[in-house]
Amino acid sequence: MSKLSLATVWLDGCSGCHMSFLDLDERLLALAEHVDVVYSPLVDAKVFPDDVDIALVEGAVASVDDEKKIREIRAHTKTLIAMGDCAVTGNVPSMRNPIGPDPILERAYLQNASTQQQIPCVVVPKLLKIVRPIHEFVKVDVYLPGCPPSANTFHSALMALITGQPLDVSALTRFGA
Amino acid sequence: MSSTVDIKTLVIDGKEVSARAGQTILEVARENGIEIPTLCHLDGLSDVGACRLCVVEVKGNHKLFPACVTSIFEGMEVTTQTDRLKKHRRTILELLFTERNHICSVCVSNGHCELQTLGQSQGLTHVRLPYRNPNLPVDASNERFTVDHNRCILCTRCVRVCAEVEGAHVWDVMGRGINSMVITDLNEPWGESSCTRCGKCVQVCPTGALFDKGKVGNSHPKHPDFLPYLNMMREAK
Repeated sequence: MSKLSLATVWLDGCSGCHMSFLDLDERLLALAEHVDVVYSPLVDAKVFPDDVDIALVEGAVASVDDEKKIREIRAHTKTLIAMGDCAVTGNVPSMRNPIGPDPILERAYLQNASTQQQIPCVVVPKLLKIVRPIHEFVKVDVYLPGCPPSANTFHSALMALITGQPLDVSALTRFGA
Repeated sequence: MSSTVDIKTLVIDGKEVSARAGQTILEVARENGIEIPTLCHLDGLSDVGACRLCVVEVKGNHKLFPACVTSIFEGMEVTTQTDRLKKHRRTILELLFTERNHICSVCVSNGHCELQTLGQSQGLTHVRLPYRNPNLPVDASNERFTVDHNRCILCTRCVRVCAEVEGAHVWDVMGRGINSMVITDLNEPWGESSCTRCGKCVQVCPTGALFDKGKVGNSHPKHPDFLPYLNMMREAK
């Protein structure tokens, strides 16, 4: 059996879901017998490949860049997994939603900055007005809530998907887990 | 004095049960080990049928009935778990999650929250509706407790425990529909209200909306189980 291709993506999140994924520890070796990691912050690939079997997406959609990326990922992925609460609900990044991005930028880069007070505007992508979960932009196939989902959750969910076994997400994890 | 008790027989989820006249479907179901999910109901308080999670089907009637405020009758046939009911319960929970800013990961009640637990038990893995993201206040003026309106689901347990058990009636509801808010006195800051600082409202709050300032992180389990005992001891007097 040829290996499945696995991508992991980091949008507006803290990377905690990726850290929890790495907590699979020695089980990563067992996972590597089933999948090749073709794109990830953990590997060197710079371009999202054309044909990905499983994509784990961490983080909410908070900027124009996130939105562009999630649409591209969806177009090239068979099974898209919303990984963690930011991707599933918006979570902590969405806490700016009630007041909008401008007061946040002003507080961080003007009021609280002791030197070089300026709001970044070059290279960095423009923030969206509202931070939203990824399923508000593209179709999501599997939701794995949790902040972060535990290594056991990743293991059970990925093995179920790889082997085609039924997956009961609510038995594994919940919002805030 | 006659000691006859008016006993009714009915069927819940195919199980024949007997009950006293005037009991609710919820009471009878739980006495017989049949679990119906609830959120605004709390043993020891009056029922208001606010959350609608306990809706059940009654044979011969197309509309749904909230089990906590529907009395049983002779020959009633109740169903508590159908695809239709599960769909409605899920939607109710999704609406609650979208209505305010429930960020479980940073909530003092994470791991002890009835809304979060119900979400998991009802198979909610995401919310299909867009979030409303309202801008809501947090009132920390009380020296012991805080009310975070971002996490309030308007179950009115705080209102009921304050009026019915503490006898102070400091809490009430202001506004209508989606704009409703729980308030202390006539919308005074909690710290300047006639609150007795008994803390019963904090213990009965199903989410992290009312919490003790002495609790940090997510170490804030609530203990509403004091209520039935308190009521029992008062009745015994």
